[in-house]
Amino acid sequence: MQLKDKSKKIRRSLTAATCSLLGISTTDTPAEEGDWEFDSAVLYYSEVDRVSAIEPVITAKREFSDEKSLNLKLVFDALTGASANGATPSDQPQTFTKPSGEGSYTASANETPLDDTFKDFRMAFSSQWDQPLNRDYKASLGGNFSTEYDYLSLSVNGSLSRDFNKRNTTLSVGISLAHDTISPDGDLPVGFSSMVIDTGQAGFEDDFDATREGSEDTKTTLDLIFGLTQVIDQHTVMQLSYSISDSSGYLTDPFKILSVVGSDGRPVDYRYEKRPDSRNKQGLYWQTKHHFSKDILDISYRFFWDDWDITSHTLDLRYRWMLGGQQYLEPHFRYYSQSEADFYRRFLVDGDVLPDYASADYRLGELTGITLGLKYGFKLANEQELSMRLEYYLQSGDSPDGNAPGILSDMELFPDVEAIILQFNYAF
Amino acid sequence: MMPRVAAFLIPLTLLFTGCTNLGVEPWERNILAKPEMQLIADPIEAGLDDHIYFSKEASSGGRSFAGGGCGCN
Repeated sequence: MQLKDKSKKIRRSLTAATCSLLGISTTDTPAEEGDWEFDSAVLYYSEVDRVSAIEPVITAKREFSDEKSLNLKLVFDALTGASANGATPSDQPQTFTKPSGEGSYTASANETPLDDTFKDFRMAFSSQWDQPLNRDYKASLGGNFSTEYDYLSLSVNGSLSRDFNKRNTTLSVGISLAHDTISPDGDLPVGFSSMVIDTGQAGFEDDFDATREGSEDTKTTLDLIFGLTQVIDQHTVMQLSYSISDSSGYLTDPFKILSVVGSDGRPVDYRYEKRPDSRNKQGLYWQTKHHFSKDILDISYRFFWDDWDITSHTLDLRYRWMLGGQQYLEPHFRYYSQSEADFYRRFLVDGDVLPDYASADYRLGELTGITLGLKYGFKLANEQELSMRLEYYLQSGDSPDGNAPGILSDMELFPDVEAIILQFNYAF
Repeated sequence: MMPRVAAFLIPLTLLFTGCTNLGVEPWERNILAKPEMQLIADPIEAGLDDHIYFSKEASSGGRSFAGGGCGCN
């Protein structure tokens, strides 16, 4: 078949490319015959009036003898658009200094201020090696590298699992250590310092520099996951896991600010946000997959809590409806709801004592997210698979406005965020 | 926090001790062995979703490590 030949040709050239990247000679065939398997996707993510992103991904998997395998993954991510800067809307246009200190951007009257100056490009590479240690134990080791214009993340991980009960029960433990460095253009703002606006005044640059403290900072994250996977019967498998994640270092978002408003609700100042320098997150996760005579139900629930006083519930449902002819349709529903961080403030009030920490980042506020999606896929005869999904994501903020003063009582302080997710997959 | 962990661990222990009665024989795994029956059947999609929701919501982790990886402003 022409398609099959073409697929083999693509696979061969990608194999050669992967091997030359890794410095492996393609003639060094491992003990057992095993081709590289490739999986690729392109994601298009677009929010109404805000961020949009294009994200191509390719993964390569090579099986070796004795159930050993190597997984490689490369992701690119190009982002453009606008992101809410945290300030409240006002009945007059507002001018803000760009995070770089070079130039400004304006929000129209009655509109949520959006910083439309951000553009980023991310590249991430990860590799994972899996192998059995003996009949019951399996181990996995991996590393990740991710770089952006102003962000660098490095992490290593390892996990160990043990099978019991004729491999029907598996207990696992995983650990990951990540080290991130942030170095934004224009340096890091001093927490709670006032934004200096360039109105052509002499000494703007000195005033701006006085709001900066250092060009970069770091964050360290330690994650642990304990998991239990249980085969229930011939059609059902279940997983339970408990995860704990401890971050310390720079956890503030250097691009976010808070409005300081007067009794009329109009801004008198903008201050850079300030978050605690540590965070402990925990989660319980349960997933079950059940195979009916043809269709598959995939259901999961996560309960999450952290020491910033955020708790959340996530319910995810997928139903793979087999259409025959190796085709399927998969509706997807996801419900997410979170409470707000204890230092979340939609705005600060002029004259009030400053809290220890504060952020107006809507992602730390009380919110609900709903995702509705549909995926269509079909398998080709020669181990290839094509699929596409289209999803709609709606995020609604519902933090109480805390008796917003003056003009803010009539303003939309928690606008919805709507996004479209479109993804194409090709496995070969 | 401790009551939450206990509330999780106690049923887990019960489940685990009860698990010896669950499961299948090796020759009954044909359905469970299908790629689409793996817990993460589509790792690329799972990774992309984790990245989207990590960027837009305050929670992360659960099925995989919660750690950083992006600026995500």
